[in-house]
Amino acid sequence: MNMKKTTTLGLGLALALSTAACGGGNGGDGGSEATSATGPIKIWLSNNPEELAWGNKMVEAWNKANPDQKVTAQEIPAGKSSEEVIGAAITAGNAPCLVFNTAPAAVPQFEKQGGLVPLDSFADGKEYIESRTGDAATQYQSPDGKYYQLPWKANPVMIFYNKDLLKKAGVDPENPPLSTYDEFLDTSDKIVSSGAAQAAIWPAPSSEFYQSWFDFYPLYAAETGGTQLVEDDKATFNSTEGKAVADFWATMYEKGYAQKEAYKADSFADGKAAMAIVGPWAIAVYGDSVNWGVAPVPTSTGIAPEDTYTFSDAKNVAMYSACKAQGTAWEVLKFATSEEQDGALLEETGQMPMREDVASAYPDYFKANPEYQTFADQAARTVEVPNVTNSIEIWQDFRDDYSKAVIFGETDVDSALADAADKVDGLAGQ
Amino acid sequence: MLTTVLGRQPLGLAFAAPYAVFLVLIFAYPVGLAVWISFHDYFFTAPGVAVDRPFVGLDNYTAVLGDPEVHKAFLNVAVFLVINVPLTVVLSLVLATALNGAVRGRIFFRVCYFVPYISASVAVVAVWLFLFSNGGFVNQLLGPLAPDPSWLINKGLAMPLIALFVTWKQLGFFILLYLAALQNVGKELYESAAMDGAGKLGSFMNITVPGVRPATTLVVILSIITGANLFTEPYLLTNGGGPNGASASPVLLMYQRGIEQGNPDTAAAIGVLLMIAFLIIAFVNKRFLERD
Repeated sequence: MNMKKTTTLGLGLALALSTAACGGGNGGDGGSEATSATGPIKIWLSNNPEELAWGNKMVEAWNKANPDQKVTAQEIPAGKSSEEVIGAAITAGNAPCLVFNTAPAAVPQFEKQGGLVPLDSFADGKEYIESRTGDAATQYQSPDGKYYQLPWKANPVMIFYNKDLLKKAGVDPENPPLSTYDEFLDTSDKIVSSGAAQAAIWPAPSSEFYQSWFDFYPLYAAETGGTQLVEDDKATFNSTEGKAVADFWATMYEKGYAQKEAYKADSFADGKAAMAIVGPWAIAVYGDSVNWGVAPVPTSTGIAPEDTYTFSDAKNVAMYSACKAQGTAWEVLKFATSEEQDGALLEETGQMPMREDVASAYPDYFKANPEYQTFADQAARTVEVPNVTNSIEIWQDFRDDYSKAVIFGETDVDSALADAADKVDGLAGQ
Repeated sequence: MLTTVLGRQPLGLAFAAPYAVFLVLIFAYPVGLAVWISFHDYFFTAPGVAVDRPFVGLDNYTAVLGDPEVHKAFLNVAVFLVINVPLTVVLSLVLATALNGAVRGRIFFRVCYFVPYISASVAVVAVWLFLFSNGGFVNQLLGPLAPDPSWLINKGLAMPLIALFVTWKQLGFFILLYLAALQNVGKELYESAAMDGAGKLGSFMNITVPGVRPATTLVVILSIITGANLFTEPYLLTNGGGPNGASASPVLLMYQRGIEQGNPDTAAAIGVLLMIAFLIIAFVNKRFLERD
């Protein structure tokens, strides 16, 4: 009896507490006073060693010149993904002022959470972003026309190949035929049937929402001349071009040129795959260990490299609404993306600052490092993930249908794309 | 009056209070909040952001119950339970009985069974990946008999493999529970049975099994709870519930919907349904196992 009484009391108390907790939560958002406030700020940097090295030097330079507005930098805390950690920090109200690794796909969600400061709030915000990045900046505008992220750096993805393995497969390593789907399939066949490598190429076949950015999307961007997955709140991929790309990958998996099981290390570095879809970071990573070459992603008709688009794999900088000294944060953001710091970033990491015509902005660098020139040229033709509501849910639904039809061949490609398009139309329009 | 409110031993309340507060804050409050969230159009926001979170009745539940991915995840867990629970009970009881006897190297075996339990899942999963990946040790042993598609990308084998993995990983803990329970089974019962002509199997079935029934109830309930919480294995071993959701669990879906995709309302609805389903299963099991 007493036990029952206690249980009832406990449950009642729990429900009362929960109701009280859920009823609260309204308040102000800082407004224009916050955007002019100055003081010490915290920033988060990506945890890759090259970016950390650049970030720490940048912070040191800022702090030397601005001792009254000290910046404290740290790596993004460990979590299953950066986006989860940032999302949790927004909810908890302890997000830093700036995160130099904000994924564009996560921006709509952070924005919905009220976690981001529109950079247009600063008098020179819009002008600064558009003059630095040029026309490509508009891809990063939110549906309300505001910039909640500063386009920072791109890693335009291309096909990296291992010349030694191609030679072993009887393919011309200096000029491998990879520009059309037929050529790519033929080269892949030679690689696998000769035993030069277990797979011609090994994109991750797993079901994380972002994996399509490194198999379907680059080829789709190329095939369509730069169309995003969703435009005007409608899916674009249920089209002849979308089907051509999906059919190409379906053939790669069906013939065993691409593997259906995830490789737990780096298949390209381990010589298990002769090709990989990568950004310019790969030069620093594979430069000394693999005899590599680079080509644009293939298209059905073999579009010329100078006209080929790809996925940008950009990482941006966003300002978070928990920031008290937003005036300082904006100045730090401009400092960190200035021509000088962008040059330092390029030098340190090999990643392309999202500046208009990056190749001509840093001629000395590209003269000294000609291998980066191809990626710099490609950087001018990149496509970003669409900035739409429910962005991650859209990519997950797309991935699920793609995986079912293309990787595992359980359904046909046409109906999978139609099904995904239906779901995406419903989500993007919400 | 005071006695009616505080009971005959008011000091007892003071002793019980810290745990009661802990239970309310860490368990009851989140459960209450999850139930509340599941009936509202809810998403996480920064502190101080004013948003409308209207009551939506059963909308989240309707959406979840009509979602084929959710059906699949619950079915996957059912497959998991059908394999994992009986296997756990049988193996841990048999091994505990064996280890309770005079076996050479008893401590060595006890350590062997217990090490997987205390090892981090991430590390142990890496070993299983080495064993069961396409070019892994098991397939090399099996040669032409290796399944095609391979274990981890085979929709018929992925979930049974996870069930086996969890059984193996948790076995040490359940053996320990049974070993403790076996200490309470009187030796004289075995002696009497032996005098009556019972063999080893007869003693096991008629003395050991009924003698450790309370422990079996606990093992079954804990195994069921493990199944309800299944996340790490589909997340790591089969790369997010693959292939095509064949090893996705409800908790993995909650993570994807609630955390990755920013829909904690539907995630909470899945959680509440999961909790109800597993309370019913656990209750039925308890009644069944304690029927006498």
